[in-house]
Amino acid sequence: MANTITAVPRDHFINDLAGVTQNGSPAWLGALREKGKQSFVATEFPHTKMEEWRQTNISTVVKTPFRSLTASTDHGLSADSVAAYFYAPDTWTELVFVDGFFDAALSKQNTLPKGVVAGGLNAAIHDSHPAVEKHLNQHVGDRNAYTALNAAFLQDGAFVYVPKKVVVETPIHLVFVSSTAAKDAAAHIRNLIVLEESAQANIVVSYRNAASNATYLNNVVDEVVVGANANLHWYKLVEEGAGGNHLNTLAVAQSRDSRFRGFSFSLEGAVIRNQICLALEGPGAECSLEGLYLNDGERLIDNALTITHKAPNCQSRIGYKGILDDKSKSVFTGFVHVHQEAQQTDSDQLSQNLLLSDHATIDTKPQLEIYADDVKCTHGATVGSPPEEVIFYFRSRGIDEKTARGMLTYAFADDVAGEVEIDEVSKRLDRWVYEKYSPKF
Amino acid sequence: MLEIKNLKASVDGNPILNGIDFSVKAGEVHAIMGPNGSGKSTLASVLAGNEAYEVSEESSIEFLGEDLLDMPAEERARLGMFLAFQYPVEIKGITNSYFLKAAVNEIRQSRGMDELDQMDFNELLKEKMDQINVDLAFADRDVNFGFSGGEKKRNEILQLAVMEPRLAILDETDSGLDIDALRIVSDGVNSLRTPNRAFIVITHYQRLLDHIVPDFVHVIYKGRIVKSGGKELALELEEKGYDWLKETDQATVSA
Repeated sequence: MANTITAVPRDHFINDLAGVTQNGSPAWLGALREKGKQSFVATEFPHTKMEEWRQTNISTVVKTPFRSLTASTDHGLSADSVAAYFYAPDTWTELVFVDGFFDAALSKQNTLPKGVVAGGLNAAIHDSHPAVEKHLNQHVGDRNAYTALNAAFLQDGAFVYVPKKVVVETPIHLVFVSSTAAKDAAAHIRNLIVLEESAQANIVVSYRNAASNATYLNNVVDEVVVGANANLHWYKLVEEGAGGNHLNTLAVAQSRDSRFRGFSFSLEGAVIRNQICLALEGPGAECSLEGLYLNDGERLIDNALTITHKAPNCQSRIGYKGILDDKSKSVFTGFVHVHQEAQQTDSDQLSQNLLLSDHATIDTKPQLEIYADDVKCTHGATVGSPPEEVIFYFRSRGIDEKTARGMLTYAFADDVAGEVEIDEVSKRLDRWVYEKYSPKF
Repeated sequence: MLEIKNLKASVDGNPILNGIDFSVKAGEVHAIMGPNGSGKSTLASVLAGNEAYEVSEESSIEFLGEDLLDMPAEERARLGMFLAFQYPVEIKGITNSYFLKAAVNEIRQSRGMDELDQMDFNELLKEKMDQINVDLAFADRDVNFGFSGGEKKRNEILQLAVMEPRLAILDETDSGLDIDALRIVSDGVNSLRTPNRAFIVITHYQRLLDHIVPDFVHVIYKGRIVKSGGKELALELEEKGYDWLKETDQATVSA
C-alpha cells in the first residue's frame, strides 16, 4: 500500500491511556472506556477509500502523532484572557473548558432554576448524577476511530441537565478554549446534554483559540437527549486557530413532540468536520438543522448530516450555506433515512453554496433512503457565483466589482445570522461575516 | 454633454452598431426608436459600459468632456451616467435602501464629498420617494426581488431620482407597462427634467412619447441612425410603422 498515508501507530494513542485516572471512576465508566479502546483497536482511521470519507481527506490529522491530554493542562489562562469569549457574563452561565477540562475558576456561574445542572462532566460522574450513567455513550454508537478514541479517553467535557418542565430562559454558554499547552495534542471532549420532558433551554457552544498558530485537535463527541415535548436550541460556533483541527460527532435523540433547532457555524480552523446524527424517535418530533461555513485558504470543512425518521408525523429541515474561496475544499452530505413506520414524514433540505474562486471545490449531495410510502421529502442544492449581469447592475450604479461581490457575499451569509434568535450570537456572526467579506458600506 | 462619433460595436464578432453619430446637450430629451434588433439596447449598454460589447477603435464617445470608452462602468456612473435597465436584475438579500445608500456614497466619495450617514440618507430617500410617488415600503424590500414588472421599472426611476445623474438613459422603460404604470413612470421622469439633465429615451412604442415629450427623435435601423427629426417624427413613424423603414432601406440599397 505504497500510496496510502501512514497513520500514526495505534500504540501511540493506547500508551497515553495510562494517563487516564481510573481510580475513583465507577465500574461502568471503566467498562465504557475499555469498550472504546477495543473499538478503536478494531477500527481503521478514516481514509478516502471508505465511502463516508471519500471526499473528506483528513490525512493531515490522521498522520499527526498527537499526544492525548488526560488531565488539566498548565495553561496559564487568567480571567482576563478568557473574558473576551463571554457574551453576557452578568446574566448567562458561561462555562469555560480549557484543553478539554472544566475550569470552574474561569467560569461565570449565574443562578439557574432549581434542579438544573451545568458544569463539568467529570464532576457529574463523581456526583453520580443518575442521568449520566443512564445516557452516557448510549446515543452516539460506534461511528469511527475518533469517536472510539473519545470513549476510550472519556473524562471530562460539559454536562447540562434540565429537569422536567423547567425552562432555562438565559442561554448557557459552553466555551472550549485551546491554550498553548494543547500544542501537538488532542483533547477528547465529551459533552452530555439532557432535557427531560417539557424542558426548554438554549445552549451556545464555542470553540476558541488561545493557542496562536499551534497544531492541535479537538476530538469532540456530543450526546444530546431531548425528552418528550422538550425544546432545545443549540448554537455551535467553530472558531479554532489556524492550526486547530476540529472533529465532532453530535448525536441527538429526540423523543415524541420534541423540538430541536441546531445551528452550526464553521468560521475558522484547519480541518473541520461536523457530523450530526439525529434520530427522531417519537411521533410528532421536529428538527431543524441550519448552518453556515466560511471556507478559504486550503482548508477542509465537512458537514455530514444524518437524520433518521423512526416514528410517524415527524418533521425535519436542513438548510446550510457555504461560502467557498481560494483553494478550499468543502463537503456537504444530507442523509435522510425514513423508516417504514415513519409515515407522514415531512422532510426537506437545501444546500446553497456561493463560489468566490474557480479553485474552490464543493461536493454536495443529498441522500434519501425511504421505506415508508406516505412521505414528503424534498431536496435541493445550488452552487454558483453572482451572474455577470448582477455585477454589472452594481457597477452601473457606481459600485465597483469588489464592493459588489462583498455586498452580495455579506447578504448571502448574513441571511443565516439573521435566523439566530440570540442577539449576542447573531451580532458576533454578523461581525465575522462583515469583517471577512468587507462589503465597505 | 454627450458626443458620439462613428460608434461601431459588435458582440462575439457580430456587428450590431455600424456607425452612429449624434450628440446630446444639457436639458435635452432625445428619443431613440426603431424595430426589434435594430441596436437600440446595444447603444444603451455600450454607453453604460457593458464590456460584453466590443467597440471599434474608430469610435469615440465624449461625455462631459471625458473620453468614455476607456472608462469602467462604475466610473461612468460616478461621472453622472445612469441607465434604467430594460430588465432590472433581482438582488436577494440586499434592500433597496442599503443598495442605494452604497451607490450614493460611492458617488459622493468619488466627488470628494462626505458620505451620507443613515439618517441623512433616509431623509433623502424619503424625499425622492415622495417626489416620484412610490410606496415607502420599497425602501426595505430587496432590490427588485419579487417585484412585478411595473414595480421594477418604478424602482429604476426611483434610483434615477436618488442618484441625480447628468444623463439618464431609459432602455425600453415603457415596454410591458399598463397605462397606469406608464403614467407613474413618465410623471416621475418629467418631474426629474431639469436644464442640467439630459435624457435618452429608448422605446419601441410611440405611446411613451405622448407622455415624455422629446426634443429630438432618432430612428435607428440595422445599427445606424437612418432618420432624425423633431417630435413629429415619432408621429410619422406611428402612422407608417417600421415597415416603411425596411422599404426605404431596400430603396437605398437598390439605388
